[in-house]
Amino acid sequence: MLSIKNLQASVGDKPILKGINLDVKAGEVHALMGPNGSGKSTLSNVLAGRENATVTGGSVTYQGKDLLALAVEERAREGIFLAFQYPVEIPGVGNVYLLKAALNAQRKHRGLPELDAMDFLALVKDKMKLMEMNESMLYRAVNEGFSGGEKKRNEILQMVVLEPNLAILDETDSGLDIDALKVVSHGVNSLRSPDRAMILVTHYQRLLDYIKPDFVHVLSDGRIQRSGGPELALELEREGYAWVGDATNEGVVAP
Amino acid sequence: MNSIPDTLEGLISLEYRHGFETSIESDEIPKGLSEDTVRLISARKNEPEFLLEWRLEAYRRWLKMTPPTWASVHYPPIDYQDIIYYSAPKSQKDGPKSLDEVDPELLKTYEKLGIPLHERAILAGVAVDAVFDSVSVATTFKDKLAEVGIIFCSFSEAVQHHPELIKQYLGTVVPVQDNFYAALNSAVFSDGSFVYIPPGVRCPMELSTYFRINAKNTGQFERTLIIADRGASVSYLEGCTAPMRDENQLHAAVVELVALEDAKIKYSTVQNWYPGDKEGRGGIYNFVTKRGDCRGARSHISWTQVETGSAITWKYPSVILRGEDSVGEFYSVALTNHRQQADTGTKMIHVGRNTRSTIVSKGISAGFGQQAYRGLVRMARSATGARNHTQCDSLLLGDRCQAHTFPYIEVKNNTATVEHEASTSRIGEDQLFFCRQRGLSAEDAVSMIVNGFCKEVFKELPMEFAVEAQKLLGVSLEGSVG
Ligand SMILES: Nc1ncnc2c1ncn2[C@@H]1O[C@H](COP(=O)(O)OP(=O)(O)OP(=O)(O)O)[C@@H](O)[C@H]1O
Ligand SMILES: [Mg+2]
Repeated sequence: MLSIKNLQASVGDKPILKGINLDVKAGEVHALMGPNGSGKSTLSNVLAGRENATVTGGSVTYQGKDLLALAVEERAREGIFLAFQYPVEIPGVGNVYLLKAALNAQRKHRGLPELDAMDFLALVKDKMKLMEMNESMLYRAVNEGFSGGEKKRNEILQMVVLEPNLAILDETDSGLDIDALKVVSHGVNSLRSPDRAMILVTHYQRLLDYIKPDFVHVLSDGRIQRSGGPELALELEREGYAWVGDATNEGVVAP
Repeated sequence: MNSIPDTLEGLISLEYRHGFETSIESDEIPKGLSEDTVRLISARKNEPEFLLEWRLEAYRRWLKMTPPTWASVHYPPIDYQDIIYYSAPKSQKDGPKSLDEVDPELLKTYEKLGIPLHERAILAGVAVDAVFDSVSVATTFKDKLAEVGIIFCSFSEAVQHHPELIKQYLGTVVPVQDNFYAALNSAVFSDGSFVYIPPGVRCPMELSTYFRINAKNTGQFERTLIIADRGASVSYLEGCTAPMRDENQLHAAVVELVALEDAKIKYSTVQNWYPGDKEGRGGIYNFVTKRGDCRGARSHISWTQVETGSAITWKYPSVILRGEDSVGEFYSVALTNHRQQADTGTKMIHVGRNTRSTIVSKGISAGFGQQAYRGLVRMARSATGARNHTQCDSLLLGDRCQAHTFPYIEVKNNTATVEHEASTSRIGEDQLFFCRQRGLSAEDAVSMIVNGFCKEVFKELPMEFAVEAQKLLGVSLEGSVG
């Protein structure tokens, strides 16, 4: 589904990604870990098409297409979803309005009829139950005045409504209480399917207790320094990141 | 790399949609302004002596006045001798008696503008008075309104048929010497709308006027007077467009509102005069004086404006809160793009006890747009217990536009309270990225974010006009992606 080859990107003059290689196949869940500032969000953003980092080399293929040639919204409509580490507030724009506009823009792109207000509301209310969210949230402005945890939950609500092919969750677990973590994980797991793939950016094993990854990668200094199975996350939990820097086995690709 | 840049730089340009010109023969007087011009206009309109005298008084005062220079707008001096002060579609010389007599070309123009003059008007329940260049050409629903005693007609007609009302109210809210442009308007005003709602009557439909400047080198000086008698209420909407021209055209209107005891007037404007091109050539100079007088106790005047057009806007719809417990409101969205300049705001003059006012101003600047909010809140010594709340927000798109806020607060009564909140924000690249990441186009995203920003004002507009205003903002902002 996704194939990243020797991807390099800079912010300003500063190289952040220094040659990322990663293959993600349909049905797989990849956990991406690594110390603060190692470039996890930068990678997520580059995949989604944000232009604050400039791609300086390498290639990304997504479902056979040159991903880097697509505009942000084209990537979204092709099924790439990014749950933001810091969700954005949009004053005055109702949550329900944004969701409907987004879903219909994506349906239109896929040649599906747009949902009318009734059908959409039925769908979104169903998903809100799944996310154990109060319906009043629908009519509030996007993330405005939401608590940190509510914002994260709202991101996952958007994900379950949009049903992406490739979901990139950037530290969705940070800021969630124990119960919320379960609910959010449940939402994420409900989307797991043989045609979907996920990249979970996280610092904590506890998320991976709920969402079992197939592969774990450690990003450090702009490169994937180690890749392995779920046991790698446990190892990190015990040992910290101090040792990964030594394993400069550049270009480790998930098996 | 990406075919579509997601920067905000000028996400913001589309051809002006109302920029067509209608070819109709018009009856114009020669360029220039003198006492004779004033007499000529008055004679053409067959006005009573008192009105001519009133005009002449205004003209003499205007001669001694100078244009205001305190506003944050810049333009070359206007040559007042190079303007035509009266232009009327020729076939309308004797005034249309019914819609059938209106020049079909003119009706086509209104159709292009989307103005519901015929059946569409009935469907929408809107009564329309349409002012083309200087003359009011058609007023729909006059008969139906007359049944409940409402007078809704062109200003000229009111002068002919209701001179006593004109004499009683004209210039009582905006005196002839109020300011340079108001004085000029008083001297040469050509037409406009007149509304009188009798005691206790709630106007059964939205009243609406569309202004259009068509003729070249013509100034438009319309005069609107709305009177809501005791316990009456009315909602009035004004819309404006103009053809695209390279020269600037002057529009100096005056609107006076009078609300007696328990009366309510809601005045909404969607102003979309031609703003000039991207480099700032052409466009309307919109120098307008609008003021409401809450003359009676518990009266209520509310201004809502959506200002997206004009090269320069100089406009401060105000309320004088004289009656006890009277209420004044000002809800404004102003957008400046490219080289547009706007200096706009309001004045709330609290005189009566327990008077209340609310100001919500939303300014959006894009391109090289320049915008200033200028608001005065004055609590007179007599304004015991008066309250004002002001909220003034600016939204910037891109980094070459500017927004400034000039609040003036004068409090002479220590039981009065004044609250002022202000904010300036930029449409974040992060908001835009977020919306696009969810699948929206950049244009839809900007339009959505801007509309969200303006929501508090839009909800004050009558429903169908709120939709129009939203579209207008979308249009004014869309177009430069790619
Ligand atoms: N606009 C910017 N200007 C300068 N440096 C930047 C900018 N954006 C990101 N960086 C730098 O890029 C590096 C990678 O940041 P990134 O957000 O990708 O890290 P991360 O792995 O997601 O970290 P965290 O775990 O803290 O979320 C950091 O050193 C950060 O300071
Ligand atoms: Mg991060």
